[in-house]
Amino acid sequence: MSILVDENTRVLCQGFTGRQGTFHSEQALAYGTAMVGGVTPGKGGQTHLGLPVFNTMRDAVAATNANASVIYVPPPFAADSILEAADAGVALIVCITEGIPVLDMLNVKAALRANGARLIGPNCPGIITPDACKIGIMPGAIHLRGKVGIVSRSGTLTYEAVHQTTQSGLGQTTCVGIGGDPIKGLNFIECLQLFQADAETEAIIMVGEIGGADEEAAAEYIQSHVTKPVAAYIAGQTAPAGKRMGHAGAIISGGSGRAEDKIAALEKAGVVVANSPAGLGEAVLAAMRAC
Amino acid sequence: MNLHEFQAKQLLQRYGVSTPHGRVAETADEVVAAAVELSGAAWVIKAQIHAGGRGKAGGVKVEHSIEALRNTAANLLGRSLVTYQNAPEGQPVNRVLVEETIPIARELYLSLLVDRSLERVVVVASTAGGMEIEEVAQQTPEKILQEICDPLLGLVDYQARNLAFALGLSGTQINAFTKLLKASYKLFTDNDLSLLEINPLVVTSEGALVALDCKMSVDDNALYRRQDLAAIRDWSQDDPKEAEAHASGLNYIALNGDIGCMVNGAGLAMATMDLIKLHGGRPANFLDVGGGATAETVARAFKIILADTQVKAVLVNIFGGIMRCDIIATGIITAVREVGVKIPVIVRLEGTNVELGRKLLQESGLSIISAAGLTDAAVQAVAAVKA
Repeated sequence: MSILVDENTRVLCQGFTGRQGTFHSEQALAYGTAMVGGVTPGKGGQTHLGLPVFNTMRDAVAATNANASVIYVPPPFAADSILEAADAGVALIVCITEGIPVLDMLNVKAALRANGARLIGPNCPGIITPDACKIGIMPGAIHLRGKVGIVSRSGTLTYEAVHQTTQSGLGQTTCVGIGGDPIKGLNFIECLQLFQADAETEAIIMVGEIGGADEEAAAEYIQSHVTKPVAAYIAGQTAPAGKRMGHAGAIISGGSGRAEDKIAALEKAGVVVANSPAGLGEAVLAAMRAC
Repeated sequence: MNLHEFQAKQLLQRYGVSTPHGRVAETADEVVAAAVELSGAAWVIKAQIHAGGRGKAGGVKVEHSIEALRNTAANLLGRSLVTYQNAPEGQPVNRVLVEETIPIARELYLSLLVDRSLERVVVVASTAGGMEIEEVAQQTPEKILQEICDPLLGLVDYQARNLAFALGLSGTQINAFTKLLKASYKLFTDNDLSLLEINPLVVTSEGALVALDCKMSVDDNALYRRQDLAAIRDWSQDDPKEAEAHASGLNYIALNGDIGCMVNGAGLAMATMDLIKLHGGRPANFLDVGGGATAETVARAFKIILADTQVKAVLVNIFGGIMRCDIIATGIITAVREVGVKIPVIVRLEGTNVELGRKLLQESGLSIISAAGLTDAAVQAVAAVKA
């Protein structure tokens, strides 16, 4: 098992014929992902990478029976693409795009709440279940099918966690990059809930960073609902207050969102917190031994 | 991006919110001319910088004579104002705002912001105006009033009335407050703000509502559709290196240490700073070169890092995923040659084709130290600076 995506996930690409959409769809196909087509308005009827191109998501879903989509559409149009996918009945929407205005995302989230579709991202690397389904921009080759579920706000730090768990032979069930934006789809808690319920997942790594209070909320959830071992790392212990550290959501404001508070909350919940990203592989082993 | 107080007040006026009459001035002469034009017996002069705490730092003064006003203007303009929020460097005062004085009966607090956990625009109000709202929230949380806005409905009249009555307003002030708040909400959403703070919102002795001070931040992601606001951004308020980095499409934040950092990915970039600190060093900057890390971006990044004369070593930390490590290594070598980097460069590469990448670095003939891992990279960088 795994969470959210597997061999049966049928994926459409929005922004299919663009540079990003093309490159990452090629990579996904090479990895073995069941890509079933894509959408580029105005290019419907064409064939791209051997797959059908549609004008609208409604047409695409009707023709392919897809249950997931990945969005490589520029920021001004990405919110619209998420809404289009949700309206077409796609159950899982993965938005890679960075730079969507916050007010657009507030509207999108309100619409999704009524629709029920699951969103991953935006501003994220995507989701992968090794050897089964890769949706997003992560390098497939570093993954190893295994036991650890990974959820992270940072792309490259996810790769660090993946790399270390691959080196140690533990491998991963599913890795979810939830993204670096303040307003986003899936959060730590939903992923923790899914990993806790997944029979194959034996341990969980969560990678957080400064800004917001999602890690604190996750810590509370872990304390009361998660029995599996959890290891964590929080980036930004040396980040100055009031500065946005690359990610739109990574900012300490008004004394909240600090790394030390997040680390304290996680440790209180029994999570093994690594003091360095290099220690994530060790931390998850320590958490597994302690459980 | 942040707006200056005078820019924020111009926006408020455009949406029908009252502010004190005032003029922006860049020289002492202009200040005097503004005061004469405003007339009256006293004036407020306010340094325009992107930081709070101006009052306590001497950046806001009330003067009762033209001569005193001229002196204060001369003292403020062209100087750097250090407040507890922007210490220790301070920010340059290139402009001051000269305003009429307002007879104040009460000081209130009002702000609109995006609440991350609620995923809504939230209105915060308080009777404790003129104070830091974080302090109020900590010491007297009962004084914080809040209304949550549904994106579909926006701010509804009854929500404004809830706040107006709770703030102790009465009579015609109820409608005036509702109008002011609805205008502020429209301003907030029309302009993609992430923060609009009126503190204090004063009730004058005649009972009118006036925005005495105002702070606005615009969502950086929305600047592409707010060109009018992007055009009035004051880069002088940012570290010049940050402004230059922004112009070349790099994400750079200056810090106070001596180890320059060049990393792909924001999370890994923060983690690299943390690692340096963990091993006893001090990071000089945050810098995310993005996923590509081509020779060209790496060269630009080196130039920005090296513009900081404090930097004694550079740590390059790249996780090569889809971009192969050998290509990244070639990029780094080209950039180090082109820029003529004289200080030690420690490179940690991981990912696809890492062995080939490391081999290229070692055989480059340049003073590039190829690190064996994250920890080794940090340890070597700290050692290089101490040597």
